[in-house]
Amino acid sequence: MTKKNFTIDFNKGLKKVLIGYAAVILVGVVIACLFGVKLDINFKGGTVISYNYHYDDANGVADIDTEAVKTMVTEKLSADATVTKSSAIATDAYTLTVSLVKNESVDTAAMESLTEALQEKYADNKVTLYSSTSVSPSLAGVFFLKSLAAVLLTGILVVIYVGIRFRKIGGITAGLTSLAALMLDVLVSFFTCVIFRLQVDSNYIAVVLTILGYSLNDTIVVYDSVREFKRLEPQLTTAQLVNKSLNRVKVRNLVTTTTTVLAVGTIIVVAELYGLASLRTFAIPMAFGLLSGCVSSLFVSAPLWVLWRNKLDAKKTA
Amino acid sequence: MKNKRASKVTFFVILALILLLTYTAFFGVQDYYGDIRNVKIKSAADIRWGIDIRGGVEAVFAPDLLQSDISDEDMEAAQAIIDTRLVNQGITDYEIYTDKENNQIVVRFPWAADDDSFDPAQAVAGLGETAELTFCKGSTYDANAVLFTGKHVSKATASYVSTQMKDGSEYSGYVVNLELDETAADIFAKTTTELASSNGSIAISMDGNVLSAPTVNDPITDGHAMITNPGFTAETAQDLANKINAGALPFSLTVDDSKLSIVSATLGANALNVMVIAGAIAFGMVCLLMILRYRLHGVVASIALLGQLAGSVAAISGYFPGTSGFTLTVPGIAGIILSIGVGVDCNVIAAERIRDEFKNGKTIDGAISSGFSNSLSAIIDGNVTIVIVALVLMGSFGTSGLLINKLFSLIFGASIAGSIYSFGYTLLVGVIFNLIMGVLFSKWMYKSISQFKCLRKPWLYGGVKND
Repeated sequence: MTKKNFTIDFNKGLKKVLIGYAAVILVGVVIACLFGVKLDINFKGGTVISYNYHYDDANGVADIDTEAVKTMVTEKLSADATVTKSSAIATDAYTLTVSLVKNESVDTAAMESLTEALQEKYADNKVTLYSSTSVSPSLAGVFFLKSLAAVLLTGILVVIYVGIRFRKIGGITAGLTSLAALMLDVLVSFFTCVIFRLQVDSNYIAVVLTILGYSLNDTIVVYDSVREFKRLEPQLTTAQLVNKSLNRVKVRNLVTTTTTVLAVGTIIVVAELYGLASLRTFAIPMAFGLLSGCVSSLFVSAPLWVLWRNKLDAKKTA
Repeated sequence: MKNKRASKVTFFVILALILLLTYTAFFGVQDYYGDIRNVKIKSAADIRWGIDIRGGVEAVFAPDLLQSDISDEDMEAAQAIIDTRLVNQGITDYEIYTDKENNQIVVRFPWAADDDSFDPAQAVAGLGETAELTFCKGSTYDANAVLFTGKHVSKATASYVSTQMKDGSEYSGYVVNLELDETAADIFAKTTTELASSNGSIAISMDGNVLSAPTVNDPITDGHAMITNPGFTAETAQDLANKINAGALPFSLTVDDSKLSIVSATLGANALNVMVIAGAIAFGMVCLLMILRYRLHGVVASIALLGQLAGSVAAISGYFPGTSGFTLTVPGIAGIILSIGVGVDCNVIAAERIRDEFKNGKTIDGAISSGFSNSLSAIIDGNVTIVIVALVLMGSFGTSGLLINKLFSLIFGASIAGSIYSFGYTLLVGVIFNLIMGVLFSKWMYKSISQFKCLRKPWLYGGVKND
């Protein structure tokens, strides 16, 4: 093989990459301020309203269009809604379920106005109110807290594990800088939801935890290499060790990320082709989080650690 | 072991094993008596699909009590118990809301895999039962003479016994073993001591129906009780044990029949096909990429990945004896995909390492040997972190009885988001199979296949082609 191995000085890239991250986050914050963040009923609480309706294609009574109902709900109640249809078995009736995400329960007057509007628009479908259920925000709050606690607990456990496994090269500091890099990945996936106007639902917690595990895996491969080089060539400085390691694992990071993003990308493409929206809130933030994980494990986590080690060493020698 | 050449047979043994696992995991083993399909080994067709993929049932449960007699705490307790009952049935993808204003619990859950009748009334049967286990003196249930209830059973397990009973009769069949807590063990010891002298009996009942009323011959002081019933099968005994473990509802709940309805798949009818197509394309692309870059090692890695995928499917369908199936949801499928990603990663790490060693002038055998051992620590550390993630997910969002779950329910009470639990589960089994297939089997296969003369061309190992 005559192809020359290219080497990158990863330590020099830290500032540029951080500026890039700052830009993405800034755009996300601006969009979040302008348009808000779409939260799932599980996070915020809200009201579930069900309607019975009649539908008979053969006799010219068309089915209700959920998108149209969604628009109507936004107009009448100024709230985001998820609209689904289902069929009951006891009767020939079909059910239309409107899930409203809102902090407070929907008052009866507003609900009546929505019911009337539906009855007017779909007169042939004979829409009748069937039940309304409130999902208390307190319950939703518990879910959110729990998700947060799960993320925190994972972080703590992983730092402890990395601390023990990499104690020879100062594992706790390595664990903490990789956590910092992780925060960036999580922020990127969150703002992906904001920028693409995706709903933050329970899938998102799974996304965060996967990115967490994935990005840590990337980082661990780097530190594993640092550990090995340190044993083989103890005379190298931390910066040299890290750079040597990053150059060795960069291909692996690239290949792994490419394959995974390819797989997630396939899901996105197929899901879009068939309009499976519930996959969208999962796969899109996942893909961007994974890409961010690849970048942050190479350009942020380890270079940040070099800075920290150098500070510590300077303190020691001073 | 070092430098010892691997046997050529190893590769074919492992390949055959993986192909066998793959075939049986996807297609199962079954025979037919006329039209009746008798499943010996569960296949991919027996997987219980989530409500998002296959649809399910929506039911509204309400207590048989006056509204004023119901407290919010009781409603929360009731929800927690229904949660547990669903998870015990292997249903992890469900939605449950407690409406405290109207005192009702709304549950949506997917159809069972073998449910072809799509009868919602049958699907919700048993969920609203009080499930109160009682111990009474005598051979019949008497609400006024209850010694203690199932609340004092610390653990119930189902098992098969063939034993000489204390009264001399033979019993062989399924039983439910009960471990009593201290209070109950005390009462049980006293009562059995008292009854032993008169050869009296103790009735163990569920919601007033006597399950078993054994005659007491000897005092039982160790706090262990056993429910025997000739009618038990492996399944019913396990169901009963699960029911006891899940606990009793504070009141019996009835289903409002007028509000019982079928929920159509939220993703649309062809969601399942779409997922299978996406999965097959993604898997094919990953294998192609691996083979293009790593050649012979890529082939080995692809076989290992197939084995890992089959292992995941098997763990979800309930293929392994003694395991029950698991609801597969969209996040669950994503968990499989990610564990495949982790599997790819582990092969990539090893393959890059071996390539490097080979290019640096090592022999084929030497490069493979040292490449695998040098990459092992990174792979193990990476996989352990993923396991931590999967365990935290399962612990925080399931009722699997893991220690971590108990910790979480202490802090927040038992609340579950089934789809996340499903994700944690598929991720966990995926990583476990990766450690078997991607780390062990992959190494053995590669070492073995590299012994074939015709396959000892350097370009197959990442070297130059015309060498």
